Amino acid sequence: MKFWCLVLLVPGLLAIAPPASAEYGDVVLNRRAEKEGVRPVIFPHWFHRIRFRCKVCHAELGFKMRVGSNDFKMSDIVEGRFCGACHNGEIAWAPDQCDLCHSGKRGLPTGIVGGHETGGPGRW
Amino acid sequence: MRVSIFPGKPAQRRLIAVLAVVASAVAWGDEWASLRKDGVHDPRGPAVKILQEPEVALSKLTPDTAGNMVRWVQSLEKGEINPRANLRPDTKIRLYESDVLLNLKGGMPIVRFPHRQHTLWLDCTNCHDHLFKAEAGATKFSMLKILEGEQCGVCHGAVSFPLTECFRCHSVARPGDGKPRPSLPIAIPAGAVPPK
Repeated sequence: MKFWCLVLLVPGLLAIAPPASAEYGDVVLNRRAEKEGVRPVIFPHWFHRIRFRCKVCHAELGFKMRVGSNDFKMSDIVEGRFCGACHNGEIAWAPDQCDLCHSGKRGLPTGIVGGHETGGPGRW
Repeated sequence: MRVSIFPGKPAQRRLIAVLAVVASAVAWGDEWASLRKDGVHDPRGPAVKILQEPEVALSKLTPDTAGNMVRWVQSLEKGEINPRANLRPDTKIRLYESDVLLNLKGGMPIVRFPHRQHTLWLDCTNCHDHLFKAEAGATKFSMLKILEGEQCGVCHGAVSFPLTECFRCHSVARPGDGKPRPSLPIAIPAGAVPPK
């Protein structure tokens, strides 16, 4: 009896396993992208954090810490503001590499993804 | 006599062991989803062939059990990563080391907020004074607000370790509270006799 309970535990563990999901802190930016005919941007916090401390973007460059609160256009980036402070072909790839940032699935709404695990009424 | 936690004959035990290993590998082995399968990147786009996979970078860093599965502060302190603190040469890099104790009257253990670990990553202006007043005791904290993404929840629950990790913040036992710290919050039903 106990044996079969343990055998049944295996599909149980499989059933409650978390589905594959975006990395914690990934941000989808789609205020304008799809309307302009390109894929939404996926911004990975993990990738940037290995290379820059939070304060570089959130203090020096002026990115506000609320998804959707930074209203900027490609022209800002090309002129060296926001992402363009690094994505200029010197520190990181230049803004002519459209597909590397505009890499998201079509139809995704702007927001932070990756499962903050609380499932509460958060407004991240 | 050998004592096993698994019941049954040796063959059955072997079967359970094999199934358990397979199940854990299938179910929980993917700590970091590949970009193709993460649900947000377009698997047909060119980027998934070029961008760095999370596992390549994150599996080398000090492991955690939540969030990015990386202990980011420890990883920084150990020198596993060396992120730049400024772009402009004239930016003043401010490190502040004092600890603040919060939640002095609540039921949960006291919160020890370390400025040092926070200012390793952040600038004072990221939190002061629009989220928290600089004067100690002047800000009223609310766990509900935090869970809604305000106050500490602007970052914790979104980009820094998630709000499931209660005792990383609620880390200081109250004076006279000799009870062992549970590993998870435990809800005791009303009227139940707490275990001695």
